[in-house]
Amino acid sequence: MFDIGLWREIFQSMSKNKLRSLLSGFTVSFAILLFTLLFGIANGLENTFVKLFKDDATNAMFIFTGRTTMPHKGFKSGRKIQFTNNENEFLQEEFGDKIEYITSKIYKNFSVSYKNKKHNYQVIGAETDYQPIEKALVYEGRFITAKDLKEKSKVAIIGRLVAEDLFEPEVALGKYINVQGISYKVVGVYRDDGGDDVERLIYIPLSTAQQVYGSTDNIDQINITHSPNMDVDAAKILANGIEAKLKKRFNIAPLDQRAIRIYNIASQSGEINQMTMGLGILIIVIGMGTLIAGVVGIANIMIFVVKERTKELGIRKALGATPRSIVRLIMFESVLVTAIAGYIGLLIGMGSLALVGDSLKEYFITNPSVNTSLIVTATIVLIIAGAIAGYVPAKRASRIKPIIALRDE
Amino acid sequence: MLEIKKLHKSYPIGKDSLHVLKGIDLSVKEGELVAIMGSSGSGKSTLLNIIGMLDEADEGDYILDNVPIKNLNEKKAAVYRNKFLGFIFQSFNLINYKNAVENVSLPLYYQGVNRKERYEKAMFHLGKVGLTDWAKHLPNELSGGQKQRVAIARALAAQPKLLLADEPTGALDTKTSYEIMDFIQELNDEGKTILIVTHEEDIANMCKRIVRLKDGVIMEDSYVEQVRASQYV
Repeated sequence: MFDIGLWREIFQSMSKNKLRSLLSGFTVSFAILLFTLLFGIANGLENTFVKLFKDDATNAMFIFTGRTTMPHKGFKSGRKIQFTNNENEFLQEEFGDKIEYITSKIYKNFSVSYKNKKHNYQVIGAETDYQPIEKALVYEGRFITAKDLKEKSKVAIIGRLVAEDLFEPEVALGKYINVQGISYKVVGVYRDDGGDDVERLIYIPLSTAQQVYGSTDNIDQINITHSPNMDVDAAKILANGIEAKLKKRFNIAPLDQRAIRIYNIASQSGEINQMTMGLGILIIVIGMGTLIAGVVGIANIMIFVVKERTKELGIRKALGATPRSIVRLIMFESVLVTAIAGYIGLLIGMGSLALVGDSLKEYFITNPSVNTSLIVTATIVLIIAGAIAGYVPAKRASRIKPIIALRDE
Repeated sequence: MLEIKKLHKSYPIGKDSLHVLKGIDLSVKEGELVAIMGSSGSGKSTLLNIIGMLDEADEGDYILDNVPIKNLNEKKAAVYRNKFLGFIFQSFNLINYKNAVENVSLPLYYQGVNRKERYEKAMFHLGKVGLTDWAKHLPNELSGGQKQRVAIARALAAQPKLLLADEPTGALDTKTSYEIMDFIQELNDEGKTILIVTHEEDIANMCKRIVRLKDGVIMEDSYVEQVRASQYV
C-alpha cells in the first residue's frame, strides 16, 4: 500500500490520461457537492428552528384572550374576554404546583424620547418572572423587581437596540426616558437571542403600566413556564386543563377556539423537532442516494478504463506483473481519483455554503455549514467507496489473459 | 535450455475442438537462434505462447532452464515470465503514455529493482540499441524501427534467459527489418538464446536453425547457413 513505486505508476497513469481522470472524478465531485449542499442546507434549517425557540424558554406557554365565537349559557357570541390580575392569581391557585414562572403582561406602542431623539417602541408592563420566560439577558443593571411592582416605580429596562437608537454614544443606564409624557429611569439594558424585534422593547413594571395607562387591573396576556420535569404530553395536558378552567370561569363554550388561546412552545417545539428529524432523514436518504450514484458512476467508468487499458495491462502482465499488482494499480487509482475528486466537491460545497452564508436567512436557512465530523466521515466513505468502485473492475483486469490482451486487432 | 516433449494443445470451437499442436518435440540449446516457420494456422504462434507462458499446454512436458513449467497459477507465471523471458512483439506493445526509458524500466519495476538502478539499467539497454538520445520520447514520436528497438531494449532489461520474438519484423519495411535482424544477430552473437516466429523466408534464413510447422506437427527441423543481415544494412 505504501509502495512509492506503485503510487508513482498511478500518478503517471492519472496525469498522462487527464481527460479520463477528470471525467471519472467529475461524477464523484458532483455527488459530493450535492451531498455537502444538502447537508449544509439541512443544518441551516435546523439552526433556524433552534434559534427561533432559543428566544423563549422551551417550557413556556402564552395565554391570550379574544372574542367568543359561540353563544353559551345565555351569552351572545362576539363577547370580548378580558383577563385581570385575578386570573393570574386564579391560575396560581389552581395550577401552582405545575407552574414554574408566571407573569402577566400588557403592551402598547408609544413614542419614546430621550433628549431630541424620538422613536416608537412597544412598551410592555411585566412582572419579575417575565425575564426567565422571555430569556431576556440583562447585561447592565437589573430587571423589574418585586419592590418595583409594589411601589409602582417609574423604571424601565430597555433593549440593546433601544439603547443604541436613543443613547448612543451615551450610556443609557441611569438616564431618564420620556414615554408619552412620563419619565422613567433606565435601570437595565438587556439583549435577547430572538432577533432584532425583541431587542427593541421596553419593559416597565406591570403595576406602573396599569396605573398610568389605564387605571384598571386589566391584563392582555399571561405567560407561564410549566415545571421543567414535565414532558411534552404532560405539558399538553396542563395546557388543556388551563384552557378548560378558564373557559368555565368566563362561561365560554368548550368548543370555542378563539376566546381563550394557549400557545404551547413545548408541543410546538416537539412537532418541529419531529419535522427537523424527518427532514434530516430525508436528506440523509437523498444524500446517500447521491453518493451511491457517484460510486456507481465511478465503478462504471473504471470498467471502461479497464477495457481501454486492456492492452497496457496485458503488456504489464507479459513483463511480469502479478495479478495482485494489477488489482492494486486499478483499485488505488480509483481510490485516489475518488478521494481527490470528492474532496474537491466537498471544498466547492463548503465554499459555496460559506459564500451564500447568511443571505438565505429569509428562506429560513441560518448559517448553513457542515461540521468536521461530517467531513471526516465523508472522507472515509469516499475512500471506501473508491475501493469498492475500483475492486470489481480491478479484479476483472487482473484476470485478463495477456495472450488475449496482446492479440493484434 | 529449452526442452519440449509431446506437447498437445487444442482450443474449443463451439462443440468441437480444434487440435492445434499435435505432439511437438523440440529442444533448444543455449545460444541458439531459432526461426519457427509455418503458414497461418500451423500452430507456430500457439507454440510461442506456450513457451512464453502466456498459454498453457494440455498435455506434454515443458522444461525451461531445468525448471519444469506446469500447473502455473497466474502469480507463478508472472514471476517466471519476469525472470526467464523477454518478449518482442510484431506491434511493439509499448505503453503509449510512458516514454522510452520508462517503458524499458517497466520489467525492472516488476522485479523490484529500485528507481535509481532501474533508470541506470534502462539507459544502459537503450544505449545498446542506440537510442540514448531518444530516452525521453514517447512511442508515438518514434519510427517503427525505433519502437521495435525500444521493445528489444525492454525485453533485454530484465536479462532474460530466453528472448521470444513474435513476427518482430512483421510491421516493418525491408530495410528496417534487416536492421532489426542485424541487431538480433548481434545479441545472439553475445550468447542470447532467441526464438523467432516468422513467415518470411529471408528473415528465417538469418537464423541458425529453422523449425517448420504444418498442421500442428514439426515437418522439418534443420540447421542452416546463417545469412548475416549486416551485409544489407
